[in-house]
Amino acid sequence: MPVNQVAEEAVGDYKAGWHDPENSSIRFDFGLSEQVVREISAIKEEPQWMTDIRVKAFHHFMERPMPTWGSTELLNSIKFDEICYFLRSGEGTEDDWDDVPEAIRDTFDKLGIPEAEQKWLSGVTAQYESEAVYHSIREDLEKQGVIFLDMDSGLREHEDIVKKYFCSIIPYQDNKFSALNTAVWSGGSFIYVPKGVHVEMPVQAYFRINAKNMGQFERTLIIADEGSSIHYVEGCTAPTYSTDSLHSAVVELIAMPGAYIRYTTIQNWSNNVYNLVTKRGIAHENATVEWVDGNIGSKLTMKYPAVILKGEGSHAEVISVAYAGEGMHQDAGAKVHHLASNTTSKILSKSITKDGGRGSYRGLVSVSRKAENCKVNVVCDALILDEQSQSDTYPTMEIKNSSCRCEHEASVSKVSDDQLFYLMSRGHSENEALAMIVNGFFEPFVRELPMEYAVELNQLMALEMEGSIG
Amino acid sequence: MAMGHGESNIEALLEIQNLHAGIGDTQILKGINLSIAPGEIHAIMGRNGSGKTTAANIIMGHPDFEVEEGDVLLSGENLLELEPWERAREGVFLSFQYPQAVPGLQVGNFLRKSVASIRGEEAAKGADFRGELNAAMDTLDIPRNFLSRYVNDGFSGGEKKRFEILQLLLLKPKLAILDETDSGLDIDGIKTVAAGINAAVRGTDSAALIITHYSRILEHVQPDKIHVLIGGQIVATGGPELAMQLEERGYEWLDSKAEAEGIA
Ligand SMILES: Nc1ncnc2c1ncn2[C@@H]1O[C@H](COP(=O)(O)OP(=O)(O)OP(=O)(O)O)[C@@H](O)[C@H]1O
Ligand SMILES: [Mg+2]
Repeated sequence: MPVNQVAEEAVGDYKAGWHDPENSSIRFDFGLSEQVVREISAIKEEPQWMTDIRVKAFHHFMERPMPTWGSTELLNSIKFDEICYFLRSGEGTEDDWDDVPEAIRDTFDKLGIPEAEQKWLSGVTAQYESEAVYHSIREDLEKQGVIFLDMDSGLREHEDIVKKYFCSIIPYQDNKFSALNTAVWSGGSFIYVPKGVHVEMPVQAYFRINAKNMGQFERTLIIADEGSSIHYVEGCTAPTYSTDSLHSAVVELIAMPGAYIRYTTIQNWSNNVYNLVTKRGIAHENATVEWVDGNIGSKLTMKYPAVILKGEGSHAEVISVAYAGEGMHQDAGAKVHHLASNTTSKILSKSITKDGGRGSYRGLVSVSRKAENCKVNVVCDALILDEQSQSDTYPTMEIKNSSCRCEHEASVSKVSDDQLFYLMSRGHSENEALAMIVNGFFEPFVRELPMEYAVELNQLMALEMEGSIG
Repeated sequence: MAMGHGESNIEALLEIQNLHAGIGDTQILKGINLSIAPGEIHAIMGRNGSGKTTAANIIMGHPDFEVEEGDVLLSGENLLELEPWERAREGVFLSFQYPQAVPGLQVGNFLRKSVASIRGEEAAKGADFRGELNAAMDTLDIPRNFLSRYVNDGFSGGEKKRFEILQLLLLKPKLAILDETDSGLDIDGIKTVAAGINAAVRGTDSAALIITHYSRILEHVQPDKIHVLIGGQIVATGGPELAMQLEERGYEWLDSKAEAEGIA
């Protein structure tokens, strides 16, 4: 595709639409330069400090070598020059429903998702149907003083808060991809929960105004002030078909004293996507940060949700599952840093590999010298469904205080013929039996999900098991 | 003794004809013949490793075993062509000697799905199913919190066996095969299981095949026939008195008989 192509937006003629008419064209820029970065910032009319940080991040990205772990082969095959770094409208794409692969459309059908929603999920159209729902939820939140905006609007309307916390937990120098995201970020969520406010319902990303598609370089910042709580849910179990090959988000969470943040993600990328995400939260005194992270699909996912336990008595939980089928590599895990006394952490990681897929658990838990009486619990389980598939674990523990109580368990299992036979003898076909075993394996994760996601994930795994046994 | 094709007794619920089967190059069953009529209870006894579980697995359709020769018919229909789940839907049930654990799969959920699959969606719905489930659990002294546990995961030996019988009561099979269900059960458990089997079979068109090492359960179910399996063949068939003889004398006295017939 030629550089700087201007295309009419395919969904621009929706009558019921709530697009900003100025945004009804898209410009694709391929390749990255300081010029592109400055242009992005200029188009968004950002304050100077943001432009500066973007430019610094860009230079850091250029100089920073690729990680030498994970899948170096796949990482080095990313063609940065062929990536489009900015969609001017930030909404919709010129994709056609007919371009969405048949297999993915089939899956949508089997999951029973209506066509309008299918098109939205696949990035072909914007979702209008949920507007009403969105408004009522948003009104409730506003009454409580909760700020829930897309990140660009957040920066415009609450610059002081953004300036204070942006890059405070994940500096752009953190890694090559956090630098890239900081240079070219667009979209994502900005949430501020005031002191003592409890947001009862899980807040879902797709109710967010004007941000219908998962962006390539999303930037999310959530601040839960003292004693407040929020559960944020993003993604969906339906396969997310994307023509963009690189997705590199950054998510920063700040839990002030006594606050609670849970961040739930379910992602199901098509297997052409590199999903390289940096997620980190900080927990002050007696605060809790929980990552619930489900990764299905993608060509390569590298994602290690992290928590810094900075305040005494704070708690971290990272519960994740990964499923890697044919042509997929899931390199996922968790990181927790115990910097203060009486902090506790729990990591549960489960991976399933099938049809030559690769799953890796990479974990780091550190306890600093001054942190007394910490508790660490790490469990990682792998289920390998056939001989071609592979699973590895790379757990690292850096415990510098001897009062720490640390438990670590790891298991690798296979599905046995006897287990399948037992279930088949109860009237279940081989695929159904396999789905029961697989869903049972994921159950400790699934029960953490909001109901509709749990049901969908079970259905999805059942579909993945279909036709898997000859 | 062996019946050829075409001679099959269509009255029989289960008819095993000249069954030869094994795993890999190992022959385990070497020509088994067995016929069970509706309403009958039969028992199979035999030493460890004589092929009892193998026979049960083959009737249920375990994919690891190969049938080299012979037929297995359910009400005249060839079972060997069916997948295990199809056999289950035709009414074959196996209570496993070693029930398998499935972590994360909740008992309640699993029972409902199994009943739906074998007896149809309607049977697994609503208050009727709940009532049936509760009654069966009460009969077997299984506490309600079992429903939220995971299938056979961390169950005690006896709990596993009771759970097998719970499935028997809910799935209402035509043919129930019970592979050492009495082993590991306490005395009350054995009585309960025996009562369950009697209720499921006596005066109905169903039948049961009980594999056991002990005469105790047989005192409670009074099998119509007892078969002794040695070296992959049935070497003796008799009434309840055979169980008493085995209890007293062991299997040795049958070995000579087996040898004479060229089996062992
Ligand atoms: N999967 C298998 N692989 C190899 N050998 C097997 C397998 N299953 C059974 N066998 C062999 O077949 C023979 C019969 O085993 P089977 O389990 O049928 O015995 P059984 O009569 O049920 O014994 P028990 O009273 O101990 O339960 C044994 O020698 C056993 O080792
Ligand atoms: Mg046995």
